[in-house]
Amino acid sequence: MSRIAATFERLKSNNRKALIPYITAGDYTPELTVPLMHAMVEAGANIIELGVPFSDPMADGPVIQKAAERALEHNVSLRDVFEMVKAFRMQDKRTPVILMGYLNPIEAMGYAEFASAAANAGVDGVLTVDMPPEEGGECIPLLREQGVDPIFLIAPTSTAARIASLVSNASGFVYYVSLKGVTGAGHLDVEGAAEKLKSIRQVTDLPLGVGFGIRDAETAVAIGKEADAIIVGSAIVKKIEEGAGNPALITANIVAMLSSIRGALDQSIPN
Amino acid sequence: MSDCVKSWAELPDLPDSKGHFGVYGGLFVAETLMAALDELRIAYEKYQHDPEFIKELDKDFQDYVGRPSPLYHAERWSQQLGGAQIYLKREDLNHTGAHKINNTIGQALLAKRMGKTRIIAETGAGQHGVATATVAARLGLECVVYMGAVDVERQAQNVYRMKLLGATVIPVESGTKTLKDALNEAMRDWVTHIDDTFYIIGTVAGPHPYPAMVRDFQSIIGREARAQCIEKTARLPDALVACVGGGSNAMGLFYPFMRDESVEMYGVEAAGDGLETGNHAAPLCAGVPGVLHGNRTYLMEDENGQISHTHSISAGLDYPGVGPEHAWLKDVGRAHYVAISDDEAMAAFYALTQIEGILPALESSHALAYAMKLAKTMSKDKNIIVNLSGRGDKDIHTVATRDGIEF
Ligand SMILES: Cc1ncc(COP(=O)(O)O)c(C=O)c1O
Repeated sequence: MSRIAATFERLKSNNRKALIPYITAGDYTPELTVPLMHAMVEAGANIIELGVPFSDPMADGPVIQKAAERALEHNVSLRDVFEMVKAFRMQDKRTPVILMGYLNPIEAMGYAEFASAAANAGVDGVLTVDMPPEEGGECIPLLREQGVDPIFLIAPTSTAARIASLVSNASGFVYYVSLKGVTGAGHLDVEGAAEKLKSIRQVTDLPLGVGFGIRDAETAVAIGKEADAIIVGSAIVKKIEEGAGNPALITANIVAMLSSIRGALDQSIPN
Repeated sequence: MSDCVKSWAELPDLPDSKGHFGVYGGLFVAETLMAALDELRIAYEKYQHDPEFIKELDKDFQDYVGRPSPLYHAERWSQQLGGAQIYLKREDLNHTGAHKINNTIGQALLAKRMGKTRIIAETGAGQHGVATATVAARLGLECVVYMGAVDVERQAQNVYRMKLLGATVIPVESGTKTLKDALNEAMRDWVTHIDDTFYIIGTVAGPHPYPAMVRDFQSIIGREARAQCIEKTARLPDALVACVGGGSNAMGLFYPFMRDESVEMYGVEAAGDGLETGNHAAPLCAGVPGVLHGNRTYLMEDENGQISHTHSISAGLDYPGVGPEHAWLKDVGRAHYVAISDDEAMAAFYALTQIEGILPALESSHALAYAMKLAKTMSKDKNIIVNLSGRGDKDIHTVATRDGIEF
């Protein structure tokens, strides 16, 4: 069984939600990334979403845009990201790592090389924001061959027909975008998301993750009522920005935030 | 001629139903935009052949834009060059001073029929921003234009024009602060306001259906030029020359000649300081295929797939990508792509100004510079059509600064 499936199974049997923090690899410095990944697991993260920095992050709001710019100042490449995942795996063989990014760095490397390098490094899933399944005819099978889950976004604007096609192409879990907008936007629509999640449940058994706009324990608990996983991105990346290169401070702030969300999520679920 | 295409007369009709031009084009966007792009494609397919829509577009072209634009024989310049005859397709005489308005009129009419109340656009030189603000003012639609902070500075006059027209201009501070970043920001705005907003892309790039739709609106240039050339010279031209930023004025001129075997086509990119310096904006001449802004095309990027910084003296050509149909035309060999440096473009700017009394846009000056070279290799009985895509008034500041003059 894949690490992602095993993680969701384990959590489900304990009646818990998956907590998935996002950081951009190489932000604030490349040296911060791996220790921060371990610290986030300690604080209650179940899966790590690792952003691959790209020069033109069209689906990201200002917070994650700046994270990518900071990482690119250190010339962090896809190959560097694989090295970070490898380093993480030396100590942690259990926590799934999902890469989130844009297609062009993958195209530049070549799909086949990307898929095998991802598997080799210990990457479990890949979410490519600008590669809908219709354009993934070549890449998706290569990922599957290597046992890497292709993960797709479902949006508030996705029609029933598209949702059916998206879930048939996805594995690992399904990522529902909780608002019409970019990452880090402030107008989370809890009720709309709940309704959409119910309709997605009718067409797939895959776990449902929700992200974009979840920023604290309160929003996490609200969304957690219908979702299997909570993804927190910009709120965490903001702590990296505010820590301005002080690794101890950044780590402490992020650990505090994740612990609070973890606690609230665990408490919110009746045993 | 490529292996798969035996004769240009048999070129396939592209894009396919998914927006592909061979391996190029397509629909590489985040899921939230898929529904909006589908809505746009369906609306465009519906109105494209609708007699009422066509009638309204033709009327606006004639009475508001001032079409047809003349095909002018630059006799004195041709004589001095001593080679082929140069004809200028005078898109500079359009309302707002460039070809951009052909497309914004078309898309705005579509926006109105789709019931959208808010228009957004990206702009580099500001010409597309002005053309968008113009049609938005006329239709009473709210208009927001994204423009890289660097371009806001070097095209201050156009920024002011947009504001006078009632548009909100938002300087974009991310990335390289130029056209590509303005496009990113416009896309972000669109996902956030997807229900009431129509995104008017200014060139033949972006996700399907934009490359085909913008080409179709701009094809009025080539249709007119073809008829005008036959009327004036009793035959087809021997060559077409147009500058290529995103590639809309070039596609507009080329498209109606695509299946005319005898017509050669030259797209002219910006070589900036020279292709060998890396400071240029010539993805077709010096880039590799990749994915950006919703489509697969030639891009300027580093070995890790990060988009490169570009340079051109003309803001309208300062873009690391290019429309996907040009990528396909390059690969099949139907069109040739060449590059002209800042200095060569400036020389052509002065030449046309002094010899023909026409101030060309710096973008168009790239096409003129290549036409000068090409004409000299051809005999006097041959004819070249150059797309004079815009007028140079907007560039007076850049030219003066280069000459060491301050106003
Ligand atoms: C006068 C003029 N010509 C050409 C261009 C380049 O665009 P395209 O290649 O889409 O025609 C611009 C863009 O701003 C322009 O203003």
